[in-house]
Amino acid sequence: MTVDAIAAAAREILTPESVITDPVRLRTYECDGLTHYRVSPGLVVLPETAEQVAAVVRLCVEHGVPFVARGSGTGLSGGALPRSDGVLIVTSRMRRIVELDLPRHRAVVEPGVTNLAITEAVREHGFYYAPDPSSQQICSIGGNVAENSGGAHCLKYGFTVNHVLGLEVVTPDGEIVQLDANDPGYDLLGAFVGSEGTLGITTKITVRLSRAPETVITLLAAFDDIEGGGRAVSAIISAGVVPAAIEMMDALAIQAAEASVSCGYPEGAGAVLIVELDGPHAAVAHQFTEVERICQQEGAFELRQAASAEERAAIWRGRKSAFAAVGRISPAYIVQDGVVPRTALPQVLAGIDALQDEYGIRVANVFHAGDGNLHPLVLFDDAVPGEGERAELVSARILDLCLQHGGSITGEHGVGVDKSRYMPKMFSEEDLDTMQLVRCAFDPRGLSNPGKVFPTPRLCGEVPGVRKGVHPLVESGQAEQF
Amino acid sequence: MLTVPGVTVREATQDDLVGGVRPRWVALPETVEEIAAVMRASAAHDLAVVTVGGGTKLHWGAPPERCDLLIDTCCLGDVLEHAAGDLVVRVQAGTTMETLAETLAREGQELALDVPLEGATVGGTLATATAGPRRLRYGTARDLLIGITAVLADGTIAHSGGRVVKNVAGYDLGKLFTGSYGTLAVIAEATFRLHPLPAERRWITAEFPPDELSFPMRDLLDSQHEPVAIEVDWPDLSGPCTVCVLVEGVAAEERATAVRDLLKPPATVEASPPPWWGRLPDGILIEARGPRLTLAADLPHVRDAAGRFDVTLRGSVAAGAMHVTPASDSDPGQVAAFLTELRSRLSGPVVLLAAPDEVAALVDRWGPTGGLTLMRRVKERFDPDRRLSPGRFVGGL
Ligand SMILES: Cc1cc2nc3c(=O)[nH]c(=O)nc-3n(C[C@H](O)[C@H](O)[C@H](O)COP(=O)(O)OP(=O)(O)OC[C@H]3O[C@@H](n4cnc5c(N)ncnc54)[C@H](O)[C@@H]3O)c2cc1C
Repeated sequence: MTVDAIAAAAREILTPESVITDPVRLRTYECDGLTHYRVSPGLVVLPETAEQVAAVVRLCVEHGVPFVARGSGTGLSGGALPRSDGVLIVTSRMRRIVELDLPRHRAVVEPGVTNLAITEAVREHGFYYAPDPSSQQICSIGGNVAENSGGAHCLKYGFTVNHVLGLEVVTPDGEIVQLDANDPGYDLLGAFVGSEGTLGITTKITVRLSRAPETVITLLAAFDDIEGGGRAVSAIISAGVVPAAIEMMDALAIQAAEASVSCGYPEGAGAVLIVELDGPHAAVAHQFTEVERICQQEGAFELRQAASAEERAAIWRGRKSAFAAVGRISPAYIVQDGVVPRTALPQVLAGIDALQDEYGIRVANVFHAGDGNLHPLVLFDDAVPGEGERAELVSARILDLCLQHGGSITGEHGVGVDKSRYMPKMFSEEDLDTMQLVRCAFDPRGLSNPGKVFPTPRLCGEVPGVRKGVHPLVESGQAEQF
Repeated sequence: MLTVPGVTVREATQDDLVGGVRPRWVALPETVEEIAAVMRASAAHDLAVVTVGGGTKLHWGAPPERCDLLIDTCCLGDVLEHAAGDLVVRVQAGTTMETLAETLAREGQELALDVPLEGATVGGTLATATAGPRRLRYGTARDLLIGITAVLADGTIAHSGGRVVKNVAGYDLGKLFTGSYGTLAVIAEATFRLHPLPAERRWITAEFPPDELSFPMRDLLDSQHEPVAIEVDWPDLSGPCTVCVLVEGVAAEERATAVRDLLKPPATVEASPPPWWGRLPDGILIEARGPRLTLAADLPHVRDAAGRFDVTLRGSVAAGAMHVTPASDSDPGQVAAFLTELRSRLSGPVVLLAAPDEVAALVDRWGPTGGLTLMRRVKERFDPDRRLSPGRFVGGL
């Protein structure tokens, strides 16, 4: 078997203990954060350098074997789902912070470094790395680059792609290429970020470091219902305030959070809004007054302000625990990730309500309200026959709702294996074929994370021959041929 | 005469030259579908195509290897949809940035992308990835673009992104087409995220010796006053340079005072920009890029490279892009020598954006770049017959 041949060769290139073939150990890599897709990889390698990654990729090319990159395996769309006939290249031993360049607000890190580790390395100097996925304690920066990950604070500061200044990439040919945001030419860096491991493996990342803000104020506002919260969000944005984050939770999500972490949100709230403002002291003070006024005007019945780090953590605790917390109120759940234009939030939430009634399935809503990114948690009991299927249907129909209102099938969790079948609902065949031209340029053999993102692979074929011979215009010399 | 059903096509004249190359026809499509029809016709007849918007940067990049047909986007000038509540706009590529700004201002909003050349269109701004002072805070076009519609060489209409700010479905073709100088596709429509117009703006100006510029730059970048732009103007390399900082939004006056104190008197605070603010100098244009702060330390190197050669410097030094302009009557050989000297002294890329042929003939406009092999492969896939602005971009793409 070819994978065996690769294993043998890999043992020569890497240390023997960095090559895993034992079926029991292989199984620990069989899924990412989306656990209902499981495949045991043919082979796992744990390289420590870019050269080792490149050597393994070249082996794969030589044997025509697919390969999949894996960071921390927290992805929620099955992006790091292995191939039984392929090699899983895990970056967990590439964990060095290569360079901290504080004067230039940059850090160079290896892909296995966790998102939070970057911030921890620079915090004492008053800096941080801005994109903050909730999984930041464990997810890797390489995975963040592949998914173009976001977080609660992306409303003001942007996503991973806005904070990556350079990449070292092992191409699907096994070559090491440097992509620098400042270099002239096509923005291949921009195309690579968010490509979910299908254009190669990143082995070094240069990120921008941001100054920690002077002041941070976090506000918790409780509303009778989700509509009130939604109106407040729109009013805040229309007033020209750009908060660092605006998060919303509905009654069911609050109930779950209380059951799990006793976050002590205001009793009887149909929705809570968390608004975080940060920046220069003078600006934050002014914006805070504005946000407070708007929340009251839109019917908030209780407002709490956190000024200290502890108080802030208390407010965030409920929100941050929300995904895991629904486990307290439901035996099983699906985390959905869809986006709608902010103004469509009320209609889409009403639509989700209607779906709950239609299918007899509960949905807890948690979302990044500022940018319309919904994370509905579709709750079900896997012991009840048929409920899982109904939950799947509800989850799918929520995406239809998002698309009907001009939104997207994913705001941050990616397409992976899970959502490739929805891509044709969002994009035409021509759109998908065009995207795959990029794929063909980087990976004509289709070996880098195949089967992800696109529902049907495009056969790349040879590069069409460059035209030879005389230009037809010259040949005819005639305009009338048109 | 080239005929494309439903599309106005005229004979080209001497006014339609692209880098000295005269096309035979000019097509004036009014919709995406019409662009597609034009591209299908040009595929059928193997015509090389260059797209032009406001014509403000048509002389940037190398002359095309060949050019049979010019697509003029002048009739694609509509703001298609301004969803003010969502802070999103969808616009046709031929719309001028001024028209777009006027439309958005009616709702108190703006596209936070400064336009360095008057008359530039959305399409041209994207194709050349121009940006201005506020790139420091808002990034460049690629950071504000959330969706794109483009027409490929064979007439295929392709979309990517969408009309929501947060979206990771599929590859981001918008980023690939932005800054591609028309060599991959014809940009037809774009969707941008918007920002509310800032309540107030203040410009703080001070002079510094260029050799000491790193200090105020570092203080400014590390400060808590959220400057949205930090620009430098250095009209005379034997004298000091002017640093001008923009703060905008809430409490601008207080933050401006704090910036003034940081820069120390006699720094001044004004409610309007200096006349040179955000304008690209005319004539020969060299762009130097680098990480934050690197360029500030590079100013003395520029002076050393120039010697007695007459140049001026201006740009977003803190954000990592500045423009060096030799006097318009400079000797081509001297300009070429200066460019080579700059490349050897500066650590980042140095690109010759605009120059007369006599200068460009002596140098590589673009200089070295990472990933050129991959870029070639991208070009081969998107435009296998080399019919889209052939030869105009990096490495002859
Ligand atoms: C509790 C929880 C909360 C989460 N919250 C958020 C959130 O707030 N925002 C958000 O955006 N996401 C969130 N996620 C999703 C997930 O954490 C992110 O997608 C993260 O970026 C994945 O990183 P990872 O290292 O775990 O990648 P993996 O899961 O290992 O891989 C993800 C994808 O990246 C590819 N990949 C990994 N490393 C590389 C590399 N070096 N080069 C090329 N491709 C590579 C893989 O092939 C795969 O396609 C959450 C997940 C969980 C479990």
